[in-house]
Amino acid sequence: MSPEELQQIADEVREAREKSARQIHVCVAAGCLSLHSDKLKDALEKEAAAAGTPCQVKGTGCMGLCSAGPLVAVEPDGLLYQHVGAQDAGELIRGLGGEPLRDHVCSREQPFFKRQVNVVLENSGRIDPEKIEDYIAADGYQALLRVLTEMKPVDVIHEIALSGLRGRGGAGYPTGLKWETVAKAGTGSKYVICNADEGDPGAFMDRSVLESDPQRVLEGMIIGAYAVGANHGYIYVRAEYPLAVKRLGTSLREARRMGFLGSNICGTTFSFDIELRLGAGAFVCGEETALIASIEGRRGAPRPRPPYPAQSGLWDLPTLINNVETFANVPPIVRNGGAWYSKMGTAKSKGTKVFALTGKVKNTGLIEVPIGMTLREIIFDIGGGVPDGRKFKAVQTGGPSGGCIPEQFLDVPVDYDSLVQLGSIMGSGGMIVMDDTSCMVNVARYFMEFCMTESCGKCIPCRAGTAQMYELLTRISQGVGTHRDLDLLVELCDMVKFTSLCGLGQSAPNPALSTLKYFKDEYLEHIELQRCPAGVCEIGTAAEVAP
Amino acid sequence: MSPAADVKTLIINGTDISARADQTILEAATEHDIRIPTLCHLGGLSDVGACRLCLVEVKGSNRLLPACVTKVAEGMEVTTETERLAKYRRMILGLLFAERNHVCSICVANGACQLQSLAESQGMTHVEFPYRFPSLSMDATHERFAIDHNRCILCTRCVRVCSEIEGAHTWDVRGRGVQSLIISDLNQPWGTSETCTSCGKCVQVCPTGALFDKGKVGSKVRKNPDFLPYLNMMREGRS
Repeated sequence: MSPEELQQIADEVREAREKSARQIHVCVAAGCLSLHSDKLKDALEKEAAAAGTPCQVKGTGCMGLCSAGPLVAVEPDGLLYQHVGAQDAGELIRGLGGEPLRDHVCSREQPFFKRQVNVVLENSGRIDPEKIEDYIAADGYQALLRVLTEMKPVDVIHEIALSGLRGRGGAGYPTGLKWETVAKAGTGSKYVICNADEGDPGAFMDRSVLESDPQRVLEGMIIGAYAVGANHGYIYVRAEYPLAVKRLGTSLREARRMGFLGSNICGTTFSFDIELRLGAGAFVCGEETALIASIEGRRGAPRPRPPYPAQSGLWDLPTLINNVETFANVPPIVRNGGAWYSKMGTAKSKGTKVFALTGKVKNTGLIEVPIGMTLREIIFDIGGGVPDGRKFKAVQTGGPSGGCIPEQFLDVPVDYDSLVQLGSIMGSGGMIVMDDTSCMVNVARYFMEFCMTESCGKCIPCRAGTAQMYELLTRISQGVGTHRDLDLLVELCDMVKFTSLCGLGQSAPNPALSTLKYFKDEYLEHIELQRCPAGVCEIGTAAEVAP
Repeated sequence: MSPAADVKTLIINGTDISARADQTILEAATEHDIRIPTLCHLGGLSDVGACRLCLVEVKGSNRLLPACVTKVAEGMEVTTETERLAKYRRMILGLLFAERNHVCSICVANGACQLQSLAESQGMTHVEFPYRFPSLSMDATHERFAIDHNRCILCTRCVRVCSEIEGAHTWDVRGRGVQSLIISDLNQPWGTSETCTSCGKCVQVCPTGALFDKGKVGSKVRKNPDFLPYLNMMREGRS
């Protein structure tokens, strides 16, 4: 593959596109697919063929506004339609060129779209995720060709370091520094792993990227492998994402067919290939050492670090392990330069971040914004605020490792460090909005139950500590908790946080700690008045009043 | 020690000591008679850093570090006994007692149990957590030994000794979190295990009364795990 050949493929795709007057994009990512957008796509194709309309119907990835799905876009008119069903296909096709389906028009001028900056999601909803040619026509693999033909590994690492990109899995470790560490870890065999074991409740950023633009992740991984000197890679993806798994499988075959994977990539001496590994449903396997153990065929349990995977990872060899979104950021950084990327974001957190906006918010879906946007802008401008005239109460970020942030901190800019100061974390990008119908004791109890059942059981504080904390939270939520229970809960939170082996246990107390910090009166109301202010907890359901 | 050995000097509890670069804080401390409480650690087996009792404070690190897997470093300042550590250790032991059904007075290991002696040495006077009282089984199908899950603390010493020393890998862990359970083969009765060599090493390394010899259930039957370092040394051809 040479730059000329790449250009030729891109030209062919563009030519085919120009032959048809219009392109109809139908979202076939998991959200819209659950509303039968596949049937809608079939109906559109049938209607177009029957009417002889010169248009191209294309299944694409996520367009972001999942609550308005199934979504259909008509290009080049720039029209977007929401809640489109198969029964609307005829009207849409017949009205092409005019303004069909007036009731279904979804404005692209609304803040939900206007306030976003798409880097990772630049192709989402625009290309067919199962066609590598579509990705190439959208400047895909240009970054890889440039890296292989013009750049030395150190130059690539320099560019990534310059961009200020930090790990998008949640910890925010500087990506350039991690790449450099692996690159310097000897000259023998090395591995690259893409962590696609997204497990936080309410988070679907990685799933959406894999379903909408999988080639981007592969290109990022290949560039990473070239930079650190690895010849073998793994994508560890959870089996609960069957569509992502299928599209990754297709993408890997397509990339091999084009010569972007395999021996002597693009005619150079560099060889690299990627294998898929499916997770078996353990949240803890998102922790890097547990993930590595799982790939090796062992029980998915974390081990103490150091040594970090950068020095001793998969099969005790230096291993570069990054999250899906981190790798997805790499091609645009190489294409546009690290300096371009570092212009976005805050002083210490550069670039954009994808968030999965869910819960009690008008516009739920997938958004990408520059880091440093305030929570208020994200929830009230982009999200459209809390529906049904209810009052905003808190936003939960970072899943079971994060915390609940109350209204008084809505104007805090979202970055890695600011949310840690508030007792939460930015995490991988889950954002659950809660209104006054949510009970914070119940929220803490829910996440504690999650951590308890997902603890691997290796270290005692996490295994037995989360179980005790869950019992205490249950007692409080049932109205049989005491002040002594509350004190014990605080003590346990502190102990589990500082003594647990891995990140799961160390961050498991966060939901409880943050609600105790900002909503202590709710806990006290449960204990002293046996009353749940939100009316969620089933007071008086305790089987027996324990001592 | 070869002349080229890399020696580090560090301070543990205010005392200057020297150690080989490949030694852990726990090994260096033990050589100098500084006792750090341990439970999942056992000389001769690989370390997993799971029980968290050996956590120590190291100056300059905001994290507590497990002494059993943390290598010594030049100029390191380690503190093994602080009020905070003592409190955490007592809480961890309390969590273990409350997790399953530990009743010392009716235990085969009463008086010879590491969990019990640690509770004593760490000044544990009572269990502050409510007992969970899980309903757990016992497997006495093996002709000589038995495993009582009610007394198991999931330290995985049995799993490691069976895999690393005996090479049978009869034991493993099933489930996760508080549902974790030690199993033989693919969760088959121990007595029907085709991999078990009946060597009894697991029984000797078990720190509690979870694994025991059916013929020796009287009070104060001591277990003897000290064969391990000796066995390893002989295998490596040292003497």
